[in-house]
Amino acid sequence: MTALVLRRGRLSFRVERRVLVLTAVMVVLIAGLGLLGLCYGANWASPAKVFAALSGSGGGSSVVIRDWRLPRVLAAVIFGLALGVAGAIFQNITRNPLGSPDVIGLDAGAYTGALVAITVLSGSPGQLAVSSVVGGVVTAAAVYLLSLGGGLSGLRLVVIGIAVNAMLTAFNSWIVLRAELEVAIAAVGWNAGSLSGVGWDGLRIPFAVIAVLLVALALRAQALHQYSLGSAMAVTTGVGLEPLRLQLVLIGVGCTATVTAVAGPIAFIALAAPQIGRRLAAAPGVPLLPAALTGAVLLLAADLVAQMLLAPVALPVGVVSTAIGGCYLIWLLTKEVRRA
Amino acid sequence: MTVRLRESGTRSGLLIAALVLLVVIAVLSFGVGAHGIAPGEVLRALFGGDTANPDHLVVRDVRLPRAYLAIAAGAALGVAGVLVQALSRNPLAEPGVLGVTSGAGFAITVGVSLGLSGPFGELVLSVAGALLAAALVYSVGRQSPLRLVLTGTALTFVLTGVGLGLRLLDPEVFDVYRFWSIGSLAGREQAPMALPLAAIGVGLLGALPVSRQLNAVALGETVAHTLGANVARVRFATLALITLLAGAATAIAGPILFVGLMVPHLARRLGGGSVPWLVGFGAVLGPILLLLSDMGSRVLLPTGEVPVAIVTAFVGGPVLIWAVRKYGAAPL
Repeated sequence: MTALVLRRGRLSFRVERRVLVLTAVMVVLIAGLGLLGLCYGANWASPAKVFAALSGSGGGSSVVIRDWRLPRVLAAVIFGLALGVAGAIFQNITRNPLGSPDVIGLDAGAYTGALVAITVLSGSPGQLAVSSVVGGVVTAAAVYLLSLGGGLSGLRLVVIGIAVNAMLTAFNSWIVLRAELEVAIAAVGWNAGSLSGVGWDGLRIPFAVIAVLLVALALRAQALHQYSLGSAMAVTTGVGLEPLRLQLVLIGVGCTATVTAVAGPIAFIALAAPQIGRRLAAAPGVPLLPAALTGAVLLLAADLVAQMLLAPVALPVGVVSTAIGGCYLIWLLTKEVRRA
Repeated sequence: MTVRLRESGTRSGLLIAALVLLVVIAVLSFGVGAHGIAPGEVLRALFGGDTANPDHLVVRDVRLPRAYLAIAAGAALGVAGVLVQALSRNPLAEPGVLGVTSGAGFAITVGVSLGLSGPFGELVLSVAGALLAAALVYSVGRQSPLRLVLTGTALTFVLTGVGLGLRLLDPEVFDVYRFWSIGSLAGREQAPMALPLAAIGVGLLGALPVSRQLNAVALGETVAHTLGANVARVRFATLALITLLAGAATAIAGPILFVGLMVPHLARRLGGGSVPWLVGFGAVLGPILLLLSDMGSRVLLPTGEVPVAIVTAFVGGPVLIWAVRKYGAAPL
């Protein structure tokens, strides 16, 4: 038996031992990378100094650690969790590894909103955040409404999402093509996603939103698991398909939109984290917890590399996360080939 | 369902009708542009023609070669799309998923930052990049369709990420790339295209025998073995054809992403069933879509041409949404 069953009254919870070990390793990894992130910066701070600063007795340098580096590290962890979860949700709903939120147009819609802010309005951070969320949410609503009626199949939702994505991407490239070179570079840079300059003020609301969404998801996790076994299975075990799908889409879109508002669309984590996580956990389907933790590790590591690689020039984190995540996924796949 | 169960007689009728439509659209396209030419004049230019008449020169030297390019690239992308979806058994796959397009784009980014440039340099770079990327994807993902798709997607993101990093560091490279990165047929009429066109011809011819084998492979590995198909060899041949077709189309016109995804979906509603029929329909529907889009790209905006890849998305997107809503998503 490799599974542990936790029971308390009528509630029971079954965990694979491998998932448990994986979770522990991931949490340690996140803590280690987080500590590194707190130490690293224009001036290197020793771990002792970091702990002193966190406990509030660090003196002058603790401002840097608590108000500059800590929010950035926490943002990487929380946003990584959110993106991993969003990806797992969509890959479950569509039963397709290509069904992640960035593939069905949410990122492209957010980019359209941001491009409008950059080229038509003045492009202030507030305008960028609001218009990118509006763009992403409107796109999600359009994809959802277009795929309604006559029975919602996951495949139909993704194909329509891809069509909408293609149109928005074409529109975006057209704007970038026609823009002045500097404006175009700024727009493309925003589209790659970046965590530089995030502070506590900008993070309170996003963190709260993501927390609410994750709690809502935890309440529906059991139903999602049944759903991933097949629609027929879900119906016979008493899961209402349409309400469940709508709730899950809302949670996934909410997570993606919140991250995009603060950091821009960080591509690929939503697509890669669930696939990497499921291989690490050797689990069937696309489990949520490994996806979330993998997302956090990926984004945290990518943000560190983005700061260190060409220091003092900081690359957009999305550039690094796609490169690291992609290489890692390819490596995992080569290992699978050898095992097979 | 009824659409998918059509008799093969009706199917060949449909295919012939589509071919006739393609010819009509091609002839129409000779007359459409910033400078409109009457149909009668177009026909006179095609049969005989008068070297002193500027209208005839436009038709014969600009619009005719451009239509050839559109037809070749459209057929290549349509057939490559059918093959990649049949091979990966994933209706969301398109030729770019195997890394072909991103490999070409990455090679161009690297080439330009090293100082290579010019149309011929771009052609060589994009072909080399496409081949290398496809070889890598095949070597990692050849064991199963799922792995093939995941490897291709992962590699695409790696190359996109690293390429974007390079471009953000060097504005000149960025500027070259942003114009290459949107597929267009404008100004390609006089470029040396014999090699990509020949490659597409070879690819289209090779697709027919391979598609019969793919039919067996699509039933699953075990069934394919009992039917006598060598799954590994069919996979390799199919991937080589997809690389050839998509790579050549990219060399001609730059990345035109959406055609390879949507043409197979439309082909499944019309042709249904077996892969050889899908290849046939893909080879006709792709050019129709690309020719229509190219006509649109010339006349849509009074200020100048719109790159054809942008029009393709706006012509194809609504068509695909309509088809999926009307007939449901056709499973493979």
